[in-house]
Amino acid sequence: MCHNNIKIEFLSKSQNEGFARVAVAAFATQLDPTIEEINDVKTAVSEAVTNAIIHGYDNEEQMITIEAIIDGNELTVIVCDTGKGIDNLELALQPLYTSRPDLERSGMGFTVMDSFMDSLEVKSDKGRGTSIIMKKLFTPLS
Amino acid sequence: MHLNFENSQDKLIVYMSGELDHHSSEEVRNIIDDRLDRDRFNKLIMDFNGVSFMDSSGIGVVIGRYRKLHMRNGEVCVTNIKSSVKRVFELSGMFKIIMSYDDVEQAIKNI
Repeated sequence: MCHNNIKIEFLSKSQNEGFARVAVAAFATQLDPTIEEINDVKTAVSEAVTNAIIHGYDNEEQMITIEAIIDGNELTVIVCDTGKGIDNLELALQPLYTSRPDLERSGMGFTVMDSFMDSLEVKSDKGRGTSIIMKKLFTPLS
Repeated sequence: MHLNFENSQDKLIVYMSGELDHHSSEEVRNIIDDRLDRDRFNKLIMDFNGVSFMDSSGIGVVIGRYRKLHMRNGEVCVTNIKSSVKRVFELSGMFKIIMSYDDVEQAIKNI
């Protein structure tokens, strides 16, 4: 059973969205993923990091942490911010809901994370931050 | 993200290449809107052939242009949607209101 993990920290600048998704995708290549699986992970990470930047920190520059863990064939990705937290989590998780319609957001972020990964858990404390925990099981090469 | 513009039969065609995420979407939105407003286009064809990555920010960009042109009785369609971006489009339900064509030629004929 193979086990590995990484932890990266970066400023909540939108320029770092590309870095974050590529870094996690590069780590996940140890699981011999298909192109589609890697694309799923990149998309989910991009959504989580975008949420932290826009909603968690309101575009203020603070640190975002990503921890990625490989356990056997499973990848866990935890994206954390220490921002303002989510007011109404149940509402935020609904497809097409956005708290920032002024920004032309689609309200699809959590729906994409939930659909592209195998599981999604969101923990949020008002005024203390949000952690998004996503897991994906990779099909082993036969 | 790199954008190339063409026009044909009073329709604006934008060929996008690169990664369409929250970071690039603001610039993409501003450049397309400038072009639409400057030359008074009300039909827009957005070509995704060169888009290697897109998250839900891309959906916001397409829906935003749809809303803008819809108010002018105009139209938006998308072309060359590859598998890497198709799932995000499908998940958003956007194909119910925005037509997708295999290529730009077909889009020019149909909108």
